[in-house]
Amino acid sequence: MSLPPDTRSADTGVIHDIGYRGYTGPRLGRAYATRSLFTQSLRAAYGLGRSGKSKVLPMLVLGVVSVPAVVMVAIALATGAKALPLDYPRYLSSFAPVVSIFLASQAPVLLSRDLRYHTVPLYFSRPITRADYVRAKFAAMVCAQFLLMAAPLVVLYLGAVLGRLDFGHNTEHFLIGLVAALLYALVPSSVALVIAAATPRRGFGVAGIMGYLAISTVVVAILTRIGTATEFTVPDSAQWFALLSPNDLVESLTNQLFDVDGAVGRMHAPGGLGAVVFTAAVLAMVSGSYGLLLRRYRSV
Amino acid sequence: MSTAVIKTDGLTKRFPRVTALDQLTVEVQPGVVGLVGSNGAGKSTLIKILLGLAPATAGRGEVLGLDVATRGPEIRERVGYMPEHDCLPPDVSATEFVVHMARMAGLPATAARERTADTLRHVGLYEERYRPMGGYSTGMKQRVKLAQALVHDPKLVLLDEPTNGLDPAGRDEMLGLIRRVHSDFGISVLVTTHLLGELERTCDHLVVIDGGKLLRSSSTASFTEATAVLAVEVTDHPEDLALEPGDAVRERLAAAGLSVQPEGSHLLLVRLAGDDTYDTIRDTVAGLGLGLVRLEQRRHRVAELFTDESRGGTDDVAAS
Ligand SMILES: Nc1ncnc2c1ncn2[C@@H]1O[C@H](COP(=O)(O)OP(=O)(O)OP(=O)(O)O)[C@@H](O)[C@H]1O
Ligand SMILES: [Mg+2]
Repeated sequence: MSLPPDTRSADTGVIHDIGYRGYTGPRLGRAYATRSLFTQSLRAAYGLGRSGKSKVLPMLVLGVVSVPAVVMVAIALATGAKALPLDYPRYLSSFAPVVSIFLASQAPVLLSRDLRYHTVPLYFSRPITRADYVRAKFAAMVCAQFLLMAAPLVVLYLGAVLGRLDFGHNTEHFLIGLVAALLYALVPSSVALVIAAATPRRGFGVAGIMGYLAISTVVVAILTRIGTATEFTVPDSAQWFALLSPNDLVESLTNQLFDVDGAVGRMHAPGGLGAVVFTAAVLAMVSGSYGLLLRRYRSV
Repeated sequence: MSTAVIKTDGLTKRFPRVTALDQLTVEVQPGVVGLVGSNGAGKSTLIKILLGLAPATAGRGEVLGLDVATRGPEIRERVGYMPEHDCLPPDVSATEFVVHMARMAGLPATAARERTADTLRHVGLYEERYRPMGGYSTGMKQRVKLAQALVHDPKLVLLDEPTNGLDPAGRDEMLGLIRRVHSDFGISVLVTTHLLGELERTCDHLVVIDGGKLLRSSSTASFTEATAVLAVEVTDHPEDLALEPGDAVRERLAAAGLSVQPEGSHLLLVRLAGDDTYDTIRDTVAGLGLGLVRLEQRRHRVAELFTDESRGGTDDVAAS
């Protein structure tokens, strides 16, 4: 506690001691405090406002996800191609594993850290309520994920526009890509936040989320393979397995809804019924996770 | 209209296994007030209820005239809270953290930065405020915790064991800071501790609770008077060696209406009832033809106070 003498002298020094001033300015209340928590958490997800070390992984992932888009655009422009080598939603599903790494490492940054260092009770000693806390953190994680995926899509789109590729087609698929990005940002993130809120240990959170996302993807792949048996394409009956994995669920739903990605082996929600069920699954996962989070923080 | 900053009426908090607060009725006036109680006495529970964070099982409470059951958010906007446990993320600097907590209290960004700079300076944190808090000493961490409680210029701060983990010098500095929070900043303070002694110089008023019950609430001055005891040691009688000097003195003092307890074989503890207690002791000892080896004032620690209580002691320490 003792300060070196030279610093302490500043305590009584004439220059520094200008006495206490009260605060008479505005107090902006709960909604503002909730927004402040949102902004702070969104920044924290990218390591901003934290130590230099904390910025490494988010920035690395942002680079890994965005640089290929830059390269693709450059190649398309240089070769005078008529279309981008990879469609927008397809770009996202290709990078889903990398985005999952970001999610697994940063969801615990937003939730586990506050639990571990007992900052949560301190927040609740301010005007915000427990529901406000959940809302701010949830929105921050979804936003962080969305920005991560929107960045390469914007690069692709700007490249397409600059390269005078088909404007209508690119605009449409860029927008579809943004919808897919929003779904990817909502579904896996909400499950990841529930896992992160369950433990004050960051490592457990990271392992839990990564494990869940990876294993569920592998399980879906195996089951789909078994369900496909000797057929050449995945039959509709085997497409249902995608419900088990958040990333596959989103990929299948966007493929079905927007009828993009004509590739042979593509995943898609099977038919009209599939679209309805997959949409319901998305809603159930997001609202169910949100409800679990609210419950989790009721007793902190 | 009352000026009380905190008012409770029959406040009770029951957990499945324990009653943490039991019919607590107390009023706290502006100033520096100490909330004293041993571990598990219910201090932190009371603070949580006052912040509107936990519902009371029964009874009522008011902070700054606002009902704790219904006006929690308004109370929390006007009150600062320093928790007893650690609450600082290690990879963030003090400045970054306190600015954030100021905004969480509703201060606009610019004001939050200005108030943070001011407040950190007032609690004595200088260059180190830009470094991650993980490397701070306990004393520095306690200062940051105090700063975040003060940064939004509250009307009242609730400080839960602010001297926890500090060495004697750090303790004195923290207590000095707490005194200044009221004298220089004009902010009322409720500070908890389990050491009565350390709050005597800091607080205007003390509230003692044990097992969730109010033991006593009174001004620090009357408190120390009532809990002060004199330690008396006398010589053996020069001629009459058979006389047990302690017993003789004790009988006479008790007859004079003083409350006396033997401690060990040579010491007597006499409760200080007023200035004439000294005279009574001196006269009694001289009257018996004995000499005084020692006559000194001692303070009761709060722990002794509690043992007095549980023994149902003859003295009136707890009467309030
Ligand atoms: N959430 C809870 N659930 C169950 N019992 C609790 C809870 N919080 C506190 N208690 C109990 O209530 C009693 C009072 O606890 P409290 O933390 O208020 O004491 P305290 O005076 O702050 O003690 P300390 O000096 O150890 O901080 C204790 O017996 C404690 O075990
Ligand atoms: Mg406590």
